[in-house]
Amino acid sequence: MSNVLTKVKLPYLLLLPGFLFLFTFFILPIVNLAQTSTQTPIAGGDTGQYEQTLQFSNYITAFTENKEQFARSFVFALCATILALAIAYPLAYAIAFKAGKLKNFLLVLVVAPFFVSFLLRTIAWKQILGEEGFVVPTLRNIGIIGQSTTLTSTSFAVVMGMTYNFLPFMTLPLYASLERIDPRTMEASGDLYANGITTFRKVTLPLSMPGVVAGTLLTFIPAAGDYVNAAILGSPNTKMIGNVIESRYFKIVDYPTAAALSFTLMAAILILVTLYIRKAGTEELV
Amino acid sequence: MNKQKDATIPTIPAKARLSRWFGRNLIRIYAVFGFTYLFIPVLYTFAFSFNDSGKSNLIWKGFTLDNWKNPCGAPEVCAALGNSIKIGLLATVFSTILGTMIAFAIGRYAFKGRSSSNLLIFLPMATPEIVLGASLLSLFLVFHINPGFWPTVIAHVMFCISFVVVTVKARIASLDPRLEQAAMDLYANELETFRRVTLPLVAPGIAGAALLAFSLSFDDFIITNFNSGTLKTFPEFVYTSAARGIPAQANVIGSAMFILALLIVIAGQFVGRRVKVSK
Amino acid sequence: MADVSSATHGDLRLTRITKTYGDFTAVNDLSLTIPEGSFFALLGPSGCGKTTTLRMIAGLEEPTVGSIHLGATDITTKRPYQRPINTVFQNYALFPHLTIFENIAFGLRRRGIKDVTADVNKVLDLVELPHLAQRKPTQLSGGQQQRIALARAIVNRPALLLLDEPLGALDLKLRRQMQIELKWIQREVGLTFVHVTHDQEEAMTMADTIAVMNEGEIEQMGSPADLYDNPGTAFVANFLGQSNLIKGRIEGTDGDNLVVDLFGQKISMPKNRSHAVDKSMYAGIRPEKFRISLVGTPTRGNTLTGGRIEDVSYIGVSTQYQVLMPWGQEVMVFEQNDDGVPPFDKGDEVVISWEPNFTFALRGDDDVEAGLEVNPEELDEE
Repeated sequence: MSNVLTKVKLPYLLLLPGFLFLFTFFILPIVNLAQTSTQTPIAGGDTGQYEQTLQFSNYITAFTENKEQFARSFVFALCATILALAIAYPLAYAIAFKAGKLKNFLLVLVVAPFFVSFLLRTIAWKQILGEEGFVVPTLRNIGIIGQSTTLTSTSFAVVMGMTYNFLPFMTLPLYASLERIDPRTMEASGDLYANGITTFRKVTLPLSMPGVVAGTLLTFIPAAGDYVNAAILGSPNTKMIGNVIESRYFKIVDYPTAAALSFTLMAAILILVTLYIRKAGTEELV
Repeated sequence: MNKQKDATIPTIPAKARLSRWFGRNLIRIYAVFGFTYLFIPVLYTFAFSFNDSGKSNLIWKGFTLDNWKNPCGAPEVCAALGNSIKIGLLATVFSTILGTMIAFAIGRYAFKGRSSSNLLIFLPMATPEIVLGASLLSLFLVFHINPGFWPTVIAHVMFCISFVVVTVKARIASLDPRLEQAAMDLYANELETFRRVTLPLVAPGIAGAALLAFSLSFDDFIITNFNSGTLKTFPEFVYTSAARGIPAQANVIGSAMFILALLIVIAGQFVGRRVKVSK
Repeated sequence: MADVSSATHGDLRLTRITKTYGDFTAVNDLSLTIPEGSFFALLGPSGCGKTTTLRMIAGLEEPTVGSIHLGATDITTKRPYQRPINTVFQNYALFPHLTIFENIAFGLRRRGIKDVTADVNKVLDLVELPHLAQRKPTQLSGGQQQRIALARAIVNRPALLLLDEPLGALDLKLRRQMQIELKWIQREVGLTFVHVTHDQEEAMTMADTIAVMNEGEIEQMGSPADLYDNPGTAFVANFLGQSNLIKGRIEGTDGDNLVVDLFGQKISMPKNRSHAVDKSMYAGIRPEKFRISLVGTPTRGNTLTGGRIEDVSYIGVSTQYQVLMPWGQEVMVFEQNDDGVPPFDKGDEVVISWEPNFTFALRGDDDVEAGLEVNPEELDEE
């Protein structure tokens, strides 16, 4: 019965190296982050030296000082997610059902922009929408926007940039679940007296729910923690929590507050994600 | 085929025909707009790689091939690219090996702790990059490890593993268990079954996962920024030079990567189709 | 490399095999001997344990209790690759990444045979597909894939060939053709075939011996003719073809015959065709054994009077009648259309008769519904 023995052990042996790695470089850092978040600077020590004082008020300070940025992060992320869903769903639908022989090619096109560094693309947006680009002067000339209105350094630009950056993350899972739908189920719905909109609402959308859930999560999570779009396309008035954390680490060197902010952000996202998955009732993600 | 127009056949009025065409093609029109949105910055980047810009690549000054002829012309740009490629390759190799092993364990075996294993794989994907990057940096600092090349590689392996597991697991799940049973039935022992049947059939999934890992690593900025210290990767180079103007060479490298990737994919599809056609 | 060179031969013996999954018993205390060289069928509905039995023979499952012997060798716990047994899988399980040639050569190569070309070509000729050697499995039709799966197994000349619903994925016409071909190939290569199926017609066409399985146990085993003519249980009577089962009482004996009372009418039947254990019994008569005559015309053999025709279905070779008997039961009668025209109409008052030798008797406490509710066409998803 040596087979049985190896069968029991083998999965654990396979898991061991990877999980050891994840434990050391993912779990341990998070635990360490939690510890740092309740520390205070050592009296008379150098910058960056802290001691554990279980200062839970770090959280309260961190949160109250940055309420606005927290709120903005979640609102921006939510807007970007909804916009991305609105753009990606028809796109994925067209590729899955209307593309014919071009299907694979279009799928490649969705992923292709990835290969131009996302920073280059974001900066390209900044320049296209900036004062020296052609969009702003044109819009001003035809009077759609006022002479002093700008497109960059606005909330609009930040949300648009995030929508743009995470669009493929939304499109691919949507495509994957739409592609699995048997088009005959939609025909059957039409046969059973449902019009186009009802068919979409009662058949197509429910069947593509796993893709909607996966896509929205893959967009919302990185968007909520993002600071690059806000840094490039925004202004000091559009700072997100990511920008605050980044500057606490690199500019102010206030690790406990930065850790408290990071931990709060992670906890908030995890709670939202859990509630969302519960509500959507899908377990295909995990 | 000399059909005369038959007056008895009812014709559809032009206006109705137009609206029907529009209705049928609405989704296609929409898709064209979607792709335009996706590609505007790509085309912009490509166009400005030919800009005779001098230092700051903000305003179109004239067409030149100089940037393409001399992609390393701007200071640091090729060193940064080299760092990104080195880190990307190392991160790809390690994360693909570790992730594939985990995927086989989870995808193939029922064991105690399987669902918590799934959770451990899901968690890094549900954690914002900034938290991953920041927490890892704190850990390195606690152990007095200076940020730099290897800490960056470790960070990349860490966030790539989950994506590799998910990709390979999907491929394993689509594998018919009867194929492995058939191999065993045909005198292949466990090792031979794995080598001759399981591995070749899962290989496309592993290759896809490796490609994904490389592109995630190559394009990562946030996590890298926390752990690279004085080392500069290509995205970091772009970010730091954004303030004083990005040299057109960066556009050249971005465009070249794009074209290279597209060529690889198209070549792959072409080869795949040829294999299918040659009966 | 698996050592199967000292290939064991001989009868396959399953001794008191039980297989449980948690609380569920898939196979219950099953003993069975399959003689060398025979074409043996395991027949039963979905979930009856036949596929589990097959997988235990193949080595893909281990029995919870019991042993499996091939000839004198105990193979109960041997790995699949250590057994001189090959399987034609349901849906064939051809390796999609290998050519047809390499698929067939797979087993030979694993056994360390260097020159496989001659063997592979010979078996490709046998299944009449030599021109497909360099194709990939996805480029083949279902029928072609089926033959390649067969070729891949028999090229190893196993002591035992297992076929798991091998024709299930084919359409009806192709299935009939493959049944004949399989039978021919079995005679040609002279191997022992064990065939698992839910299709009673397929089992009857091909097998020398059929074991009918139900709920993890063998209900009855015998030649197709034995099982059909003299089923031992209501399950077999209903699962293999159709049967009329009429409640009755054994009144006494008359030489080699039993005298039976069916709702007040006396019939007789041979003693040796009775499986009843006491006086209470069911009399079984196959629908095509019945004859119908109008009231007043002379009849032979056993006779039941007072019938009325309720329904007539003309189906070409025969006509099927539903006849309502005085005790409220509808019996089914198949009449050959020898003269082309259905001679009876709905509402006709009729007498039904049959030869006493065609009667079989089941236990009075048997479940007359057994084997009826299963749909023999549904795929086996064990």
